[in-house]
Amino acid sequence: MLAKGLAQIGACGLFLVQILRALPRSLRYLRETVRQVFFVGAMSLTIIMICGLFVGMVLGLQLYHTLSIFGGTAALGTVVALSLYRELGPVVTALLFAGRAGTSITAEIGLMRATDQLDAMEMMAVDPLAYVVAPRFLAGVIAMPLLACVFNALGIFGAHLVGVNWLGLDSGTFWSNMTSGVDVWTDVMNGVWKSAVFGAVCTLIATFQGYTTPPTSEGVAYATTRTVVFSSIATLAIDFVMTAFLM
Amino acid sequence: MAQRHSFQVGTGLFILLGFAALAYLATQTTSLANYRQGPSYDIVARFTNIGQLKLRAPVKVAGVRVGSVAGIALEPDKLDARVTLSIDDRYDKIPDDSSASIFTSGLLGDQYVALQPGGSPTNFKGGDEVVLTQSSMQLEELIGKYLVGGDAAKPKSPDAAASGDKKE
Repeated sequence: MLAKGLAQIGACGLFLVQILRALPRSLRYLRETVRQVFFVGAMSLTIIMICGLFVGMVLGLQLYHTLSIFGGTAALGTVVALSLYRELGPVVTALLFAGRAGTSITAEIGLMRATDQLDAMEMMAVDPLAYVVAPRFLAGVIAMPLLACVFNALGIFGAHLVGVNWLGLDSGTFWSNMTSGVDVWTDVMNGVWKSAVFGAVCTLIATFQGYTTPPTSEGVAYATTRTVVFSSIATLAIDFVMTAFLM
Repeated sequence: MAQRHSFQVGTGLFILLGFAALAYLATQTTSLANYRQGPSYDIVARFTNIGQLKLRAPVKVAGVRVGSVAGIALEPDKLDARVTLSIDDRYDKIPDDSSASIFTSGLLGDQYVALQPGGSPTNFKGGDEVVLTQSSMQLEELIGKYLVGGDAAKPKSPDAAASGDKKE
């Protein structure tokens, strides 16, 4: 069991090296990368925006309640912004991304494997790593930080909606405390780096699971499940490690 | 072809939206929003204790932000803090006998420098020094005074407890 898990992690790491090697060759298929950014990024916008809005709103509500115990509701903007930028934005986006885009990547590549399309490509001297896997990987790395930024912006909007428009906090206090408490490099960019890494990890796991799936319909089903499970675990574990280093 | 074209338009819109969100977050919700692009002039204030005052903390007159703290240094011979206040050129009518105090915004908020306007006919120019300053209130000192010297502190004037250190 343990040896099997280690072998999986090792194979995944080697797969990452293979993808990185195939990246220069995949530049020939730039149009495919653009197409994938559309599929994993633009198509995920709806779910990201709705979830961002609601996460921001619930943060505003919960923190207002908690901060009012200490008479510190003026800090609501700062606390919401910091928790969104540093933690919730990148992590929740990565979890949603794994469910929305990661599964479709695994299922697509898995079906290509099951129906021998990948082998057919190799027969035609088209490297499936450069044509199928690398563009999706690149698209994930590009799309995830942008999605996280959209998530954060909507979250701030949601918190403003609840805190200012509903609970009656002063709008000037909300913004001025936020602008004085949040820093571009340590807070906003910290989240951007995190989500770029999450994008790489989530798409790596998704493509790896699809690429190495047993070529049966049951195998594809299991691979899709594993994508979500492993992506979520990896995201949260790496989040802890990165937070410790980026603090 | 039309299909492929719509992908590219969608991708372009998505990337544009993402970067617009990033630019919004970076410029409107962070300390970048507090940077004034306009020209400014520096004045100096010395405090015996600046508490938790940080660089880029706001400088306010009547609660309105007029500039920021541009530098904090220890005066080597006098051993007091030399704080450089960068004031917007727009606000060039601050009398040069105004006093500077370090206050805390709210109970848990950050500290800022407040300028109380005086009545002098001449105004601050670049390089001037604020003569009247009041250091930040140290909560621990206050608590210490009232806990330890409860009765002994009574005969003193209340100003002494507030760690007022008006300079001549």
